[in-house]
Amino acid sequence: MSDAVIEINNLTKQFKNALAVKNISFKINKGKIIGLLGPNGCGKSTTIGMMLGLIKPTSGTVIINHKNIENNRTSLLGKMNFISPYIELPKKLTVEENLKVYGRLYGVKNLKEKIYDLMKKLNLSEFRSRKTGELSSGQKNRVSLAKALINDPEILLLDEPTASLDPDVGDYIRGFIEDFASNKGSTILLASHNMNEVERLCHEVMMMKNGEIIDRGTSSDLINKHGRKNLEEVFLKIVRE
Amino acid sequence: MKFHRMYALSLRHIYLIKGSLPRILDLIYWPTIQIVLWGFISKFFTLHTDLYNHTVGIILSSAILYDFLFRSSISFNMLFLEEIWSRNFTNLFVAPLKVSEIIIALTATALLRTLIGIIPAILLATPFFGVSIFTLGPSLILLFLSLYLFGITLGLLVTSGLLRYGPAFENIAWSSLFLLAPLGCVYYPLSILPDWLQVVAKILPLVYIFEEVRSILLDNVVNYSNILTALKLNLIYFASAVSIFYLAFYGARKKGTLINVGE
Repeated sequence: MSDAVIEINNLTKQFKNALAVKNISFKINKGKIIGLLGPNGCGKSTTIGMMLGLIKPTSGTVIINHKNIENNRTSLLGKMNFISPYIELPKKLTVEENLKVYGRLYGVKNLKEKIYDLMKKLNLSEFRSRKTGELSSGQKNRVSLAKALINDPEILLLDEPTASLDPDVGDYIRGFIEDFASNKGSTILLASHNMNEVERLCHEVMMMKNGEIIDRGTSSDLINKHGRKNLEEVFLKIVRE
Repeated sequence: MKFHRMYALSLRHIYLIKGSLPRILDLIYWPTIQIVLWGFISKFFTLHTDLYNHTVGIILSSAILYDFLFRSSISFNMLFLEEIWSRNFTNLFVAPLKVSEIIIALTATALLRTLIGIIPAILLATPFFGVSIFTLGPSLILLFLSLYLFGITLGLLVTSGLLRYGPAFENIAWSSLFLLAPLGCVYYPLSILPDWLQVVAKILPLVYIFEEVRSILLDNVVNYSNILTALKLNLIYFASAVSIFYLAFYGARKKGTLINVGE
Protein backbone atom coordinates (compact mmCIF):
# COMPACT_ATOMS: atom_id res chain seq x y z
CA MET A 1 0.00 0.00 0.00
CA SER A 2 1.32 3.49 -0.88
CA ASP A 3 2.30 6.03 1.80
CA ALA A 4 0.12 8.66 0.16
CA VAL A 5 -2.78 9.88 2.29
CA ILE A 6 -4.00 12.03 -0.59
CA GLU A 7 -4.10 10.49 -4.05
CA ILE A 8 -5.57 12.43 -6.94
CA ASN A 9 -5.97 10.43 -10.13
CA ASN A 10 -6.76 11.98 -13.52
CA LEU A 11 -9.08 14.51 -11.95
CA THR A 12 -11.12 16.65 -14.36
CA LYS A 13 -13.90 19.15 -13.79
CA GLN A 14 -15.87 20.54 -16.67
CA PHE A 15 -18.37 23.26 -15.78
CA LYS A 16 -20.94 24.34 -18.36
CA ASN A 17 -18.63 26.61 -20.37
CA ALA A 18 -15.25 26.05 -18.79
CA LEU A 19 -12.80 23.25 -18.24
CA ALA A 20 -11.67 24.22 -14.71
CA VAL A 21 -9.40 21.26 -13.95
CA LYS A 22 -7.72 19.19 -16.67
CA ASN A 23 -6.78 15.64 -15.87
CA ILE A 24 -4.52 16.34 -12.87
CA SER A 25 -2.83 13.66 -10.78
CA PHE A 26 -0.71 13.97 -7.67
CA LYS A 27 0.03 12.26 -4.38
CA ILE A 28 0.80 13.71 -0.96
CA ASN A 29 2.44 11.62 1.72
CA LYS A 30 1.50 11.68 5.37
CA GLY A 31 2.88 14.61 7.37
CA LYS A 32 3.86 16.68 4.34
CA ILE A 33 2.91 20.30 3.76
CA ILE A 34 2.42 20.94 0.07
CA GLY A 35 1.84 24.34 -1.48
CA LEU A 36 -0.55 24.81 -4.38
CA LEU A 37 0.36 27.93 -6.33
CA GLY A 38 -1.26 29.47 -9.32
CA PRO A 39 -2.96 32.60 -10.60
CA ASN A 40 -6.62 33.38 -9.84
CA GLY A 41 -8.96 31.12 -11.76
CA CYS A 42 -6.34 28.45 -12.43
CA GLY A 43 -8.41 25.73 -10.72
CA LYS A 44 -7.00 25.67 -7.18
CA SER A 45 -10.33 26.19 -5.42
CA THR A 46 -12.08 23.72 -7.72
CA THR A 47 -9.41 21.13 -6.92
CA ILE A 48 -9.82 21.74 -3.18
CA GLY A 49 -13.61 21.61 -3.60
CA MET A 50 -13.34 18.17 -5.23
CA MET A 51 -10.97 16.98 -2.48
CA LEU A 52 -13.60 17.98 0.10
CA GLY A 53 -16.42 16.29 -1.78
CA LEU A 54 -18.11 19.67 -2.33
CA ILE A 55 -17.74 19.42 -6.09
CA LYS A 56 -18.37 16.26 -8.05
CA PRO A 57 -15.53 15.55 -10.50
CA THR A 58 -16.44 15.09 -14.15
CA SER A 59 -13.92 12.25 -14.17
CA GLY A 60 -11.08 10.92 -12.05
CA THR A 61 -10.88 10.04 -8.38
CA VAL A 62 -9.97 11.63 -5.06
CA ILE A 63 -8.57 9.02 -2.70
CA ILE A 64 -8.10 10.09 0.92
CA ASN A 65 -6.61 7.61 3.38
CA HIS A 66 -6.99 4.92 0.68
CA LYS A 67 -10.74 5.55 0.36
CA ASN A 68 -12.65 7.27 -2.42
CA ILE A 69 -14.24 10.49 -1.14
CA GLU A 70 -17.31 9.88 -3.35
CA ASN A 71 -18.35 6.82 -1.37
CA ASN A 72 -16.94 7.75 2.05
CA ARG A 73 -17.63 11.48 2.24
CA THR A 74 -18.94 11.67 5.81
CA SER A 75 -16.34 9.44 7.44
CA LEU A 76 -13.43 11.10 5.61
CA LEU A 77 -14.63 14.65 6.28
CA GLY A 78 -14.53 13.81 10.00
CA LYS A 79 -10.74 13.50 9.66
CA MET A 80 -10.30 16.61 7.53
CA ASN A 81 -10.89 20.30 7.93
CA PHE A 82 -10.80 23.42 5.82
CA ILE A 83 -10.23 27.14 6.18
CA SER A 84 -10.79 29.86 3.61
CA PRO A 85 -11.16 33.63 3.86
CA TYR A 86 -14.24 33.36 1.64
CA ILE A 87 -16.30 31.52 4.22
CA GLU A 88 -17.14 32.68 7.72
CA LEU A 89 -18.49 31.40 10.99
CA PRO A 90 -21.93 32.61 12.14
CA LYS A 91 -21.42 36.23 13.17
CA LYS A 92 -24.16 36.32 15.81
CA LEU A 93 -22.74 33.41 17.79
CA THR A 94 -20.01 33.96 20.36
CA VAL A 95 -16.55 32.52 19.79
CA GLU A 96 -17.21 29.79 22.35
CA GLU A 97 -20.65 28.93 20.91
CA ASN A 98 -19.19 28.57 17.42
CA LEU A 99 -16.48 26.25 18.68
CA LYS A 100 -19.01 24.23 20.69
CA VAL A 101 -21.22 23.80 17.61
CA TYR A 102 -18.34 22.67 15.39
CA GLY A 103 -16.81 20.54 18.14
CA ARG A 104 -20.09 18.63 18.41
CA LEU A 105 -20.44 18.39 14.63
CA TYR A 106 -17.03 16.71 14.50
CA GLY A 107 -17.79 14.57 17.56
CA VAL A 108 -14.81 15.91 19.54
CA LYS A 109 -14.21 14.16 22.87
CA ASN A 110 -13.50 16.33 25.95
CA LEU A 111 -14.78 19.30 24.02
CA LYS A 112 -14.61 21.77 26.91
CA GLU A 113 -10.90 21.12 27.44
CA LYS A 114 -10.26 21.16 23.70
CA ILE A 115 -11.93 24.57 23.29
CA TYR A 116 -10.10 25.95 26.34
CA ASP A 117 -6.79 24.68 24.96
CA LEU A 118 -7.35 26.11 21.46
CA MET A 119 -8.53 29.46 22.78
CA LYS A 120 -5.46 29.68 25.00
CA LYS A 121 -3.04 28.75 22.21
CA LEU A 122 -4.64 31.14 19.73
CA ASN A 123 -4.96 33.99 22.24
CA LEU A 124 -8.73 33.92 22.04
CA SER A 125 -9.60 33.44 25.73
CA GLU A 126 -10.53 37.08 26.29
CA PHE A 127 -12.95 36.96 23.35
CA ARG A 128 -14.76 33.75 24.31
CA SER A 129 -18.05 35.57 25.06
CA ARG A 130 -17.80 38.08 22.23
CA LYS A 131 -19.93 37.67 19.10
CA THR A 132 -17.72 36.51 16.24
CA GLY A 133 -19.02 39.28 13.99
CA GLU A 134 -17.71 41.91 16.42
CA LEU A 135 -14.09 40.76 16.12
CA SER A 136 -11.37 42.22 13.92
CA SER A 137 -10.41 40.30 10.76
CA GLY A 138 -7.26 38.99 12.46
CA GLN A 139 -9.26 37.75 15.46
CA LYS A 140 -11.92 36.22 13.19
CA ASN A 141 -9.19 34.45 11.28
CA ARG A 142 -7.87 32.94 14.53
CA VAL A 143 -11.40 31.74 15.40
CA SER A 144 -11.70 30.14 11.94
CA LEU A 145 -8.35 28.48 12.52
CA ALA A 146 -9.56 27.20 15.90
CA LYS A 147 -12.63 25.76 14.12
CA ALA A 148 -10.37 24.13 11.51
CA LEU A 149 -8.24 22.51 14.22
CA ILE A 150 -11.06 21.51 16.58
CA ASN A 151 -11.03 17.90 15.35
CA ASP A 152 -7.21 17.59 15.19
CA PRO A 153 -7.53 16.96 11.45
CA GLU A 154 -5.28 14.39 9.83
CA ILE A 155 -5.66 16.38 6.62
CA LEU A 156 -5.97 20.13 6.58
CA LEU A 157 -6.81 22.11 3.44
CA LEU A 158 -5.90 25.76 3.71
CA ASP A 159 -7.10 28.19 1.09
CA GLU A 160 -5.19 31.47 1.51
CA PRO A 161 -5.20 31.25 5.33
CA THR A 162 -3.43 34.60 5.82
CA ALA A 163 -5.10 36.63 3.07
CA SER A 164 -5.91 40.22 4.14
CA LEU A 165 -4.12 39.88 7.48
CA ASP A 166 -1.49 42.33 8.69
CA PRO A 167 2.09 40.95 8.64
CA ASP A 168 2.16 40.40 12.41
CA VAL A 169 -1.04 38.32 12.55
CA GLY A 170 -0.05 36.54 9.33
CA ASP A 171 3.28 35.58 10.84
CA TYR A 172 1.57 34.36 14.02
CA ILE A 173 -0.81 32.15 12.01
CA ARG A 174 2.05 30.72 9.93
CA GLY A 175 3.96 29.88 13.11
CA PHE A 176 0.91 28.24 14.58
CA ILE A 177 0.29 26.10 11.47
CA GLU A 178 3.96 25.09 11.46
CA ASP A 179 3.79 23.98 15.11
CA PHE A 180 0.49 22.17 14.62
CA ALA A 181 1.79 20.22 11.62
CA SER A 182 4.99 19.14 13.38
CA ASN A 183 3.20 18.19 16.63
CA LYS A 184 0.25 16.33 15.12
CA GLY A 185 1.88 15.00 11.96
CA SER A 186 -1.01 16.31 9.87
CA THR A 187 -0.89 16.51 6.10
CA ILE A 188 -1.55 19.98 4.76
CA LEU A 189 -2.39 21.33 1.33
CA LEU A 190 -1.84 25.07 1.30
CA ALA A 191 -3.19 27.23 -1.53
CA SER A 192 -1.68 30.67 -1.26
CA HIS A 193 -0.52 33.74 -3.13
CA ASN A 194 2.01 34.54 -0.44
CA MET A 195 5.32 33.13 -1.71
CA ASN A 196 7.20 33.73 1.55
CA GLU A 197 4.54 31.76 3.37
CA VAL A 198 4.85 28.88 0.92
CA GLU A 199 8.65 28.91 1.06
CA ARG A 200 8.58 28.90 4.85
CA LEU A 201 5.91 26.24 5.41
CA CYS A 202 5.92 23.85 2.48
CA HIS A 203 8.05 20.77 1.87
CA GLU A 204 7.08 20.91 -1.79
CA VAL A 205 5.23 23.19 -4.17
CA MET A 206 2.88 22.39 -7.04
CA MET A 207 2.42 25.03 -9.73
CA MET A 208 -1.00 25.18 -11.37
CA LYS A 209 -1.96 27.03 -14.53
CA ASN A 210 -5.07 26.81 -16.72
CA GLY A 211 -6.40 23.83 -14.77
CA GLU A 212 -3.18 21.79 -15.02
CA ILE A 213 -0.30 21.07 -12.67
CA ILE A 214 2.66 22.18 -14.68
CA ASP A 215 5.48 21.76 -12.18
CA ARG A 216 6.27 20.29 -8.77
CA GLY A 217 9.29 20.32 -6.51
CA THR A 218 10.84 21.87 -3.43
CA SER A 219 11.07 25.66 -3.46
CA SER A 220 14.83 25.54 -4.02
CA ASP A 221 14.47 22.93 -6.80
CA LEU A 222 11.97 25.13 -8.63
CA ILE A 223 14.08 28.26 -8.14
CA ASN A 224 17.15 26.49 -9.56
CA LYS A 225 15.23 24.79 -12.36
CA HIS A 226 13.74 28.03 -13.61
CA GLY A 227 16.90 30.05 -12.98
CA ARG A 228 15.25 32.65 -10.77
CA LYS A 229 16.15 34.26 -7.43
CA ASN A 230 13.07 33.30 -5.46
CA LEU A 231 9.71 31.56 -5.67
CA GLU A 232 7.86 34.76 -6.52
CA GLU A 233 9.97 35.17 -9.66
CA VAL A 234 9.34 31.53 -10.56
CA PHE A 235 5.61 32.13 -10.13
CA LEU A 236 5.71 35.24 -12.35
CA LYS A 237 7.75 33.44 -15.02
CA ILE A 238 5.31 30.53 -15.15
CA VAL A 239 2.20 32.73 -15.14
CA ARG A 240 3.49 35.01 -17.89
CA GLU A 241 4.85 32.29 -20.17
CA MET B 1 -27.00 8.91 11.51
CA LYS B 2 -25.42 10.45 14.59
CA PHE B 3 -27.40 12.34 17.20
CA HIS B 4 -24.46 14.60 18.17
CA ARG B 5 -24.25 16.00 14.64
CA MET B 6 -27.97 16.70 14.41
CA TYR B 7 -27.90 18.24 17.89
CA ALA B 8 -24.95 20.44 16.89
CA LEU B 9 -26.83 21.80 13.89
CA SER B 10 -29.88 22.52 16.06
CA LEU B 11 -27.68 24.05 18.75
CA ARG B 12 -26.32 26.56 16.24
CA HIS B 13 -29.86 27.89 15.76
CA ILE B 14 -30.80 27.64 19.43
CA TYR B 15 -27.81 29.85 20.28
CA LEU B 16 -28.90 32.27 17.58
CA ILE B 17 -32.45 32.57 18.96
CA LYS B 18 -31.34 32.57 22.62
CA GLY B 19 -28.83 35.33 22.06
CA SER B 20 -31.22 37.83 20.50
CA LEU B 21 -34.36 39.27 22.13
CA PRO B 22 -35.38 41.10 18.90
CA ARG B 23 -35.23 37.74 17.11
CA ILE B 24 -37.57 36.16 19.70
CA LEU B 25 -39.94 39.13 19.51
CA ASP B 26 -39.93 38.89 15.72
CA LEU B 27 -40.94 35.23 15.95
CA ILE B 28 -43.86 36.10 18.26
CA TYR B 29 -44.92 39.38 16.64
CA TRP B 30 -46.39 38.24 13.30
CA PRO B 31 -48.52 35.30 14.51
CA THR B 32 -49.92 37.49 17.31
CA ILE B 33 -50.78 40.36 14.96
CA GLN B 34 -52.39 37.88 12.57
CA ILE B 35 -54.61 36.43 15.31
CA VAL B 36 -55.60 39.83 16.71
CA LEU B 37 -56.46 41.14 13.23
CA TRP B 38 -58.56 38.12 12.25
CA GLY B 39 -60.14 38.11 15.71
CA PHE B 40 -61.46 41.65 15.34
CA ILE B 41 -62.57 41.16 11.73
CA SER B 42 -64.62 38.06 12.58
CA LYS B 43 -66.01 39.67 15.77
CA PHE B 44 -67.26 42.57 13.63
CA PHE B 45 -69.26 40.15 11.45
CA THR B 46 -71.00 38.61 14.48
CA LEU B 47 -72.20 42.00 15.77
CA HIS B 48 -74.91 42.51 13.15
CA THR B 49 -76.34 39.08 12.39
CA ASP B 50 -76.67 35.59 13.89
CA LEU B 51 -75.68 34.14 10.51
CA TYR B 52 -72.05 34.48 11.52
CA ASN B 53 -72.41 32.95 14.99
CA HIS B 54 -69.51 30.56 14.53
CA THR B 55 -67.37 32.95 12.57
CA VAL B 56 -64.95 33.97 15.29
CA GLY B 57 -64.21 30.38 16.29
CA ILE B 58 -63.82 29.09 12.74
CA ILE B 59 -61.83 32.00 11.37
CA LEU B 60 -59.52 32.21 14.37
CA SER B 61 -58.94 28.46 14.60
CA SER B 62 -58.18 28.39 10.87
CA ALA B 63 -55.92 31.43 11.19
CA ILE B 64 -53.96 29.77 14.01
CA LEU B 65 -53.62 26.50 12.09
CA TYR B 66 -52.66 28.29 8.87
CA ASP B 67 -50.11 30.35 10.72
CA PHE B 68 -48.67 27.17 12.21
CA LEU B 69 -48.25 25.84 8.67
CA PHE B 70 -46.81 29.15 7.45
CA ARG B 71 -44.33 29.37 10.35
CA SER B 72 -43.21 25.74 9.90
CA SER B 73 -42.38 26.32 6.28
CA ILE B 74 -40.77 29.73 6.78
CA SER B 75 -38.80 28.45 9.78
CA PHE B 76 -37.32 25.64 7.73
CA ASN B 77 -36.38 28.09 4.97
CA MET B 78 -34.99 30.60 7.45
CA LEU B 79 -32.67 28.03 9.05
CA PHE B 80 -31.16 27.42 5.64
CA LEU B 81 -31.08 31.08 4.64
CA GLU B 82 -29.30 31.97 7.90
CA GLU B 83 -26.39 29.77 6.75
CA ILE B 84 -26.28 31.50 3.39
CA TRP B 85 -26.51 35.01 4.85
CA SER B 86 -23.79 34.32 7.42
CA ARG B 87 -21.55 32.72 4.75
CA ASN B 88 -21.36 29.62 6.95
CA PHE B 89 -22.83 27.35 4.28
CA THR B 90 -19.53 25.86 3.09
CA ASN B 91 -18.32 25.26 6.66
CA LEU B 92 -21.34 23.02 7.22
CA PHE B 93 -20.88 21.07 4.02
CA VAL B 94 -17.21 20.34 4.75
CA ALA B 95 -18.24 19.00 8.16
CA PRO B 96 -19.10 15.29 8.37
CA LEU B 97 -22.84 15.87 8.01
CA LYS B 98 -25.14 13.56 6.09
CA VAL B 99 -27.97 15.01 4.05
CA SER B 100 -30.44 12.99 6.14
CA GLU B 101 -28.99 14.52 9.32
CA ILE B 102 -29.41 18.02 7.90
CA ILE B 103 -33.06 17.31 7.07
CA ILE B 104 -33.84 15.86 10.52
CA ALA B 105 -31.99 18.61 12.42
CA LEU B 106 -33.67 21.39 10.46
CA THR B 107 -37.08 19.73 10.78
CA ALA B 108 -36.74 19.52 14.58
CA THR B 109 -35.37 23.05 14.92
CA ALA B 110 -38.09 24.47 12.68
CA LEU B 111 -40.67 23.01 15.10
CA LEU B 112 -39.03 24.79 18.02
CA ARG B 113 -38.98 28.08 16.10
CA THR B 114 -42.62 27.63 15.08
CA LEU B 115 -43.79 26.88 18.61
CA ILE B 116 -42.04 29.97 20.01
CA GLY B 117 -44.11 32.03 17.59
CA ILE B 118 -47.46 30.28 17.71
CA ILE B 119 -47.91 29.43 21.42
CA PRO B 120 -48.38 33.07 22.54
CA ALA B 121 -50.94 33.55 19.73
CA ILE B 122 -52.87 30.43 20.83
CA LEU B 123 -52.84 31.61 24.43
CA LEU B 124 -54.00 35.13 23.51
CA ALA B 125 -56.99 33.90 21.49
CA THR B 126 -58.87 32.68 24.59
CA PRO B 127 -58.90 35.82 26.80
CA PHE B 128 -59.27 38.21 23.86
CA PHE B 129 -61.83 36.41 21.71
CA GLY B 130 -63.06 33.45 23.76
CA VAL B 131 -61.64 31.00 21.22
CA SER B 132 -59.61 27.96 22.15
CA ILE B 133 -58.05 25.82 19.47
CA PHE B 134 -58.24 22.92 21.92
CA THR B 135 -62.00 22.62 21.27
CA LEU B 136 -60.91 20.69 18.18
CA GLY B 137 -60.21 17.81 20.58
CA PRO B 138 -57.71 14.99 20.16
CA SER B 139 -57.87 15.25 16.35
CA LEU B 140 -55.96 18.53 16.78
CA ILE B 141 -52.76 16.50 17.18
CA LEU B 142 -53.30 14.84 13.78
CA LEU B 143 -54.22 18.17 12.19
CA PHE B 144 -51.04 19.79 13.57
CA LEU B 145 -48.97 16.82 12.40
CA SER B 146 -50.43 17.06 8.92
CA LEU B 147 -49.84 20.81 8.71
CA TYR B 148 -46.31 20.45 10.02
CA LEU B 149 -45.51 17.76 7.44
CA PHE B 150 -46.85 19.99 4.66
CA GLY B 151 -44.91 23.01 5.99
CA ILE B 152 -41.67 21.02 6.08
CA THR B 153 -42.40 19.64 2.62
CA LEU B 154 -42.67 23.16 1.22
CA GLY B 155 -39.56 24.13 3.17
CA LEU B 156 -37.66 21.21 1.65
CA LEU B 157 -38.75 22.17 -1.87
CA VAL B 158 -37.68 25.79 -1.40
CA THR B 159 -34.33 24.85 0.17
CA SER B 160 -33.77 22.43 -2.71
CA GLY B 161 -34.11 25.46 -4.98
CA LEU B 162 -31.69 27.43 -2.78
CA LEU B 163 -29.18 24.57 -2.91
CA ARG B 164 -29.43 24.21 -6.64
CA TYR B 165 -29.84 27.82 -7.76
CA GLY B 166 -28.38 29.78 -4.83
CA PRO B 167 -29.70 32.88 -3.05
CA ALA B 168 -31.52 34.04 -6.20
CA PHE B 169 -34.19 31.52 -5.20
CA GLU B 170 -34.80 33.41 -1.93
CA ASN B 171 -37.90 35.29 -3.12
CA ILE B 172 -39.65 31.99 -3.79
CA ALA B 173 -39.04 31.14 -0.12
CA TRP B 174 -41.28 34.00 0.94
CA SER B 175 -43.98 33.63 -1.67
CA SER B 176 -44.48 29.85 -1.84
CA LEU B 177 -47.27 29.71 0.73
CA PHE B 178 -49.13 32.76 -0.53
CA LEU B 179 -49.44 30.96 -3.84
CA LEU B 180 -51.10 27.93 -2.22
CA ALA B 181 -53.33 29.76 0.28
CA PRO B 182 -56.24 30.50 -2.09
CA LEU B 183 -56.36 26.85 -3.16
CA GLY B 184 -56.02 25.52 0.38
CA CYS B 185 -59.56 26.67 1.30
CA VAL B 186 -58.30 27.88 4.67
CA TYR B 187 -61.09 30.34 5.40
CA TYR B 188 -63.88 29.08 3.10
CA PRO B 189 -65.28 25.70 2.03
CA LEU B 190 -64.11 23.87 -1.06
CA SER B 191 -67.55 24.41 -2.66
CA ILE B 192 -66.78 28.16 -3.02
CA LEU B 193 -64.15 27.40 -5.69
CA PRO B 194 -65.17 26.93 -9.34
CA ASP B 195 -65.51 23.25 -10.28
CA TRP B 196 -62.29 23.08 -12.29
CA LEU B 197 -60.32 24.68 -9.44
CA GLN B 198 -61.82 22.23 -6.94
CA VAL B 199 -60.16 19.42 -8.89
CA VAL B 200 -56.79 21.15 -8.48
CA ALA B 201 -57.43 22.03 -4.83
CA LYS B 202 -58.18 18.40 -3.98
CA ILE B 203 -54.58 17.41 -4.62
CA LEU B 204 -53.57 19.64 -1.70
CA PRO B 205 -53.78 18.18 1.80
CA LEU B 206 -54.77 21.62 3.11
CA VAL B 207 -58.31 21.27 1.72
CA TYR B 208 -58.97 18.13 3.77
CA ILE B 209 -57.44 19.64 6.91
CA PHE B 210 -59.47 22.85 6.85
CA GLU B 211 -62.70 21.11 5.74
CA GLU B 212 -62.23 18.93 8.79
CA VAL B 213 -61.68 21.92 11.09
CA ARG B 214 -64.99 23.42 9.92
CA SER B 215 -66.74 20.06 10.25
CA ILE B 216 -65.61 19.66 13.87
CA LEU B 217 -66.39 23.24 14.91
CA LEU B 218 -69.75 23.56 13.09
CA ASP B 219 -71.21 20.05 13.33
CA ASN B 220 -69.18 18.52 16.13
CA VAL B 221 -68.38 15.63 13.82
CA VAL B 222 -64.90 14.19 13.40
CA ASN B 223 -64.46 12.76 9.90
CA TYR B 224 -61.33 10.62 10.11
CA SER B 225 -61.35 9.92 6.37
CA ASN B 226 -60.48 13.61 5.75
CA ILE B 227 -57.67 13.45 8.32
CA LEU B 228 -56.31 10.21 6.84
CA THR B 229 -56.47 11.53 3.27
CA ALA B 230 -54.52 14.61 4.35
CA LEU B 231 -51.91 12.47 6.12
CA LYS B 232 -51.54 10.12 3.13
CA LEU B 233 -51.10 13.02 0.71
CA ASN B 234 -48.64 14.64 3.08
CA LEU B 235 -46.53 11.51 3.34
CA ILE B 236 -46.38 11.20 -0.45
CA TYR B 237 -45.40 14.86 -0.88
CA PHE B 238 -42.90 14.70 1.98
CA ALA B 239 -41.18 11.63 0.50
CA SER B 240 -41.06 13.35 -2.90
CA ALA B 241 -39.62 16.53 -1.34
CA VAL B 242 -36.89 14.53 0.43
CA SER B 243 -35.97 12.90 -2.91
CA ILE B 244 -35.89 16.32 -4.59
CA PHE B 245 -33.64 17.64 -1.81
CA TYR B 246 -31.19 14.77 -2.42
CA LEU B 247 -31.29 15.48 -6.16
CA ALA B 248 -30.67 19.19 -5.50
CA PHE B 249 -27.67 18.32 -3.32
CA TYR B 250 -26.32 16.11 -6.09
CA GLY B 251 -26.97 18.88 -8.63
CA ALA B 252 -25.25 21.48 -6.41
CA ARG B 253 -22.16 19.26 -6.15
CA LYS B 254 -22.13 18.84 -9.92
CA LYS B 255 -22.57 22.57 -10.51
CA GLY B 256 -20.08 23.53 -7.78
CA THR B 257 -22.47 25.83 -5.91
CA LEU B 258 -21.76 24.34 -2.47
CA ILE B 259 -18.38 26.04 -2.35
CA ASN B 260 -19.46 29.58 -3.10
CA VAL B 261 -23.02 30.12 -1.94
CA GLY B 262 -23.14 33.44 -0.13
CA GLU B 263 -24.71 36.83 -0.04
